[in-house]
Amino acid sequence: MSANFTPVSALIGGLMIGGAASLLWLALGRIAGISGILGRAMQGSEGVERLWRILFLVGLPAGAGLVYFLGWSAAPSAPPTQLGLAVVGGLLVGVGTRLGSGCTSGHGICGLARLSPRSLAATLVFMAGGMASVFVMRHLIGL
Amino acid sequence: MRLSLIALAAGLLFGAGLAISGMYDPAKVLGFLDIAAIASGGWDPSLAFVMAGGLAVTVPAFSLARRRAQPIAAPQFQTPTATAIDGRLMVGALVFGIGWGLVGYCPGPALAALAFGSTGTILFVLAMMAGMVLEGMANKQLASA
Repeated sequence: MSANFTPVSALIGGLMIGGAASLLWLALGRIAGISGILGRAMQGSEGVERLWRILFLVGLPAGAGLVYFLGWSAAPSAPPTQLGLAVVGGLLVGVGTRLGSGCTSGHGICGLARLSPRSLAATLVFMAGGMASVFVMRHLIGL
Repeated sequence: MRLSLIALAAGLLFGAGLAISGMYDPAKVLGFLDIAAIASGGWDPSLAFVMAGGLAVTVPAFSLARRRAQPIAAPQFQTPTATAIDGRLMVGALVFGIGWGLVGYCPGPALAALAFGSTGTILFVLAMMAGMVLEGMANKQLASA
């Protein structure tokens, strides 16, 4: 097992993420899918429907920054340094999440909780895709 | 007003959870996706614990919601209507997964990591937003064609 394995903070952070997704569903009846919220904040919503999405999205770096500022989390060890790869990866994530109607949060955290077979299928496929991608990059190409 | 404040609170809590769980660090995500490291002893299963923690709250919460006619502060549950496991879903999930593995960012952690303002993070987010808009435009084109 990796020395980086952090089960306690991972579990606590997961509970908070689950709490946030539950709040959005129980109070507002909205799925906390980050890709869907970001996609619709840019296209296909207006007025208060756009406003709540933008405020939710602003809350992500604000909440993360606050936790770091308070000393409750370590800074990310390494942001992406290969900028070309960051752009290609970003494009694939953007196109893929909209085409597949969701990401780790919408399909993984909310969809599985709704017992949606569609979300289970998507989660298995993007997990496998991510694992295959890392295998090729790290162990075949050696980046 | 109430809608916006609840959305902001949920975003803050979500972002805080991404920071505490360490998921805004691509190295931790890639450390999970690197299954070849299971054999060599360097695998980091943290992401599975984040998922487990998240589901430990959402499974009972969504189950509770099924017994309610409407959400607490909104007229209706906006339940996703699509149920088909089709090519669009599979190709989209695969493309997303490949991009996720290239960098170690999925949408939430990338946005949360904007708090640190690294060039790589900013470029990833801009490219992701461009990808989303492009997909939306292509989708609209196909629908009207």
